[in-house]
Amino acid sequence: MKRLNALWQYANPAKFMALSEKLLWPLAVLTLACILGGLIWGFFFTPDDFRQGSTVKIFYLHVPTATMATGIWFMMVAASLVWFIRRHPVSALAAKAAAPIGIIMTLVAMATGAIWGKPMWGTYWAWDPRLTAFMILLVFYFGYIALWQAIEDRETASDLTSILCIVGTVFAVISRYAVNFWNQGLHQGASMSVESERAVADVFFYPALVSLVGFFLLFLWLLLVRTRMEIRRQRIAALLARGT
Amino acid sequence: MTAIFLRDLRLALRSGGGFGLTLAFFLIVIFIVPLGIGLDTAILARIAPGILWIGALLSCLLSLDRLFQLDFEDGSLDALLTAPIPVGGLVATKTLAHWITTGLPLTLAAIPLGALLYLPSEAYLWITLSLLVGTPALSAIGAFGAALTVGVKRGGLLLSLLVIPLYLPTLIFGAQTVLRAMDGQDPFPPLMLTAGITFASLAAMPFAASFALRANTN
Amino acid sequence: MMPDLGQHADTVLLAYGVSAILLLGFGFATWWSAKKTRDALKAAEALIKSEP
Repeated sequence: MKRLNALWQYANPAKFMALSEKLLWPLAVLTLACILGGLIWGFFFTPDDFRQGSTVKIFYLHVPTATMATGIWFMMVAASLVWFIRRHPVSALAAKAAAPIGIIMTLVAMATGAIWGKPMWGTYWAWDPRLTAFMILLVFYFGYIALWQAIEDRETASDLTSILCIVGTVFAVISRYAVNFWNQGLHQGASMSVESERAVADVFFYPALVSLVGFFLLFLWLLLVRTRMEIRRQRIAALLARGT
Repeated sequence: MTAIFLRDLRLALRSGGGFGLTLAFFLIVIFIVPLGIGLDTAILARIAPGILWIGALLSCLLSLDRLFQLDFEDGSLDALLTAPIPVGGLVATKTLAHWITTGLPLTLAAIPLGALLYLPSEAYLWITLSLLVGTPALSAIGAFGAALTVGVKRGGLLLSLLVIPLYLPTLIFGAQTVLRAMDGQDPFPPLMLTAGITFASLAAMPFAASFALRANTN
Repeated sequence: MMPDLGQHADTVLLAYGVSAILLLGFGFATWWSAKKTRDALKAAEALIKSEP
């Protein structure tokens, strides 16, 4: 409990700013090391797949970004719940800061997937359940950000976007399984599950794992930078409101 | 509660925004489809269920921003929120009034408009059933979206952006019900799932909407 | 040094190129707006101090 309380103190914006300042540079270095390490390992030092040829190298970009795209949404759900229960301003602002990062991860995953799909499936896009799920994710990100931008008062915006995020998640998950009604898709099943039998050989798996860690750290770094930016924006708004 | 319900119905009817405008919009959507797609009977018959569902969904969106907006602007929403009735009940009442003025007429108009799209006659029953079962969910989810955007001036576009993603499951299951019936498959599983979404939305959405209304009015 | 990418070389390079553009572009945009916000906060603080 004491440990938990120690963690909660970073919900205080001033303490968060002080701590995150110290973390920014080490995190940036670590992020670059992991992403470059994973991608260089994957690009230069792994063999081609016997069926997919050299296109398997796209795996090291596609799977980590796709994992992060959904992961970031669930981080936003968690942050929204924290805002609900404990009303920590940093939590709501972190959710706001995460959404654009989620969009970029979704776009990279969709772009690499489309480029990969052309030689493998003969098409850039297919209305396959997994691909459709990413389209759904994208429109939910758009709606979430649009609501933040439309409402001026921070507390109201935090409340409304949090409830949208939580309600939206329920509908997004239902939609994700609703599209299974059409047919079984082209896309292969989960390729980076830890528990179940892995669908990928170790030689592809380990560089991808390093790359995944790298993209996770990239998310954390961007999240810190953007959350600090949002906190400063609030501070500016407060100062200007007091000044006039 | 009954008073609010009757008042909402009266307002919708008097402004012509209820039956008239929504139905006219539905008709226009259905009317422009053959103009855009071409007059191929087989293609139109095939896409008719989806177009009818999309048309109903868009027509429903059209009337959502009025749901709380007028009450919010003249301050009566504040009065209603402080009145000794549960806010969830208030939202549910407004949802019901909205459904009677939009969802129900849309459902009844589906067969004649479907005929314009060469919808096969064996699908008539299913398009009516699926809309009857599914449109209450559209009203309930829409009430939540309207509650979120009630404080936003000219929030119609934002409302659409927020609500359409939430409509996806209803749309998928509703249209699948009719398509399966046309293909001679069992239409009951998607119909039951549509009903499930409707019941869950009717039960949960008023609470989410009342939370959003409170956040918007304090 | 460059591995032989075979017939799909353009596909692989395009995927890496598009990803690099998107990610670097976003990283730069984030850094840029963060810097602008930081400067704006400094300006606002200076403004408040100058007219108490």
